[in-house]
Amino acid sequence: MLRTNLTHILSENEHTKLLQENENVMVCCGRMGPMCIPVYEVMEELETEYPHVKFADMEFDIPDARVIRNLPECRNFAGLPFVVYYKNGKVVKATSSIQNREQITSILDQYFGKKVNETAEK
Amino acid sequence: MNHYDAIIIGAGAAGLTTGIYLSRAKVKTLILNEGAVGGQMVLTHEIANYPGIESISGYELARNMKQQALKFGCSIKSNIKITSIDLNSTPKSFVVNDKNIYSADVVIIATGGRPRALGVPGEDEFKGKGISYCATCDGDFFQDKEIIVVGGGNSALEEAVSLTKYASKVTIVHQFDHFQAFEHYVTEAKNNPKINFIMESKIIEFIGDEKLSSVKIQNQRTGDVSEKNVDGVFIFIGYVPNTEMFEGILELNQYKEIIVDKNLATNIPGVFAAGDSIAKRYRQVTTAVGDGTIAALSAAEYLNKFEKAELVADEADS
Repeated sequence: MLRTNLTHILSENEHTKLLQENENVMVCCGRMGPMCIPVYEVMEELETEYPHVKFADMEFDIPDARVIRNLPECRNFAGLPFVVYYKNGKVVKATSSIQNREQITSILDQYFGKKVNETAEK
Repeated sequence: MNHYDAIIIGAGAAGLTTGIYLSRAKVKTLILNEGAVGGQMVLTHEIANYPGIESISGYELARNMKQQALKFGCSIKSNIKITSIDLNSTPKSFVVNDKNIYSADVVIIATGGRPRALGVPGEDEFKGKGISYCATCDGDFFQDKEIIVVGGGNSALEEAVSLTKYASKVTIVHQFDHFQAFEHYVTEAKNNPKINFIMESKIIEFIGDEKLSSVKIQNQRTGDVSEKNVDGVFIFIGYVPNTEMFEGILELNQYKEIIVDKNLATNIPGVFAAGDSIAKRYRQVTTAVGDGTIAALSAAEYLNKFEKAELVADEADS
């Protein structure tokens, strides 16, 4: 079990349900390893700043993680974690390997809109 | 402005140790950290030479250190961006994310280092699509595939051997005609039938379409360039110190490491440095912890003197 404070997706059904119930979803599929931990930590911190985005993780090594592993957008990936961004159930962006806060927020801003306090300031 | 007695820049082993010591001594302490808490520690799957602990993951050790620092009252702000610094003023100040200002009487720099990149065309493009910096994370993506390991130090040779569990063939590409690794790592690599060597050579370009498919290798002695088909490249060529923001402010050596004295004081009074960002020979979690301890004790001593100096000034004013 991943020891993050994020919502854990434990099965293919839960993954489907999450996409049906949320317009904007970011799923980090990995292990508790050196490249994945920094991404989990950024996601945990961004949860309050992006309330319009659902942040979740999934164990890379469980059979049901094929819903991520087998995505066409991930077919050339060879570095953990696989991170997939969904809008209305469709993949809008996927990344492989470690990403920092700046890289992640840039994708969130581009596809899901700016974080809550930046929107309020405008 | 948010004022602290001490601000530590960096939350790796050195920064967290400094935070633990200072907070426990009731020094109001803040750690500002641009990445994830734990630094290079988190990049290590198993630490088996930390005294008193037989074996622990880097993540676990970092989490324990963070909890210990927080328990003593240390504040930690991670994943922030320091956009401006003033170390010569009194107090010393930092602007974070272009808006929040933090100040402190004493500063400890523990910004650590990051894996060195080759810096050649294609490297960014194929990161996670054939190029990796972590064998334990990504080794199993290269089952029965042919890979290259770049580097000639302990990490490169140790990881090359561990990658033979997955890969059909591992070629070590190293820029010199000899290795910098300990002899037993060299012997183990040379005795492994899956490992080949291309010495005195450098990768000068990564080539592929949607994923890495080949590399261009240049012989450093002859200048000849050849292309080699490969599925993956693992890069282990050491670390660079995260000291860019201190260039022109602190005294750095030719490797951009911060120059410190035996008390880990820098050239600016009230600014100390510890861990992988300083000029030193051995870079281990244990040496970072030792540095953090020395920096904390030196900083505490400086604060005591600072307070006394303030008292004298106050008396003179009255």
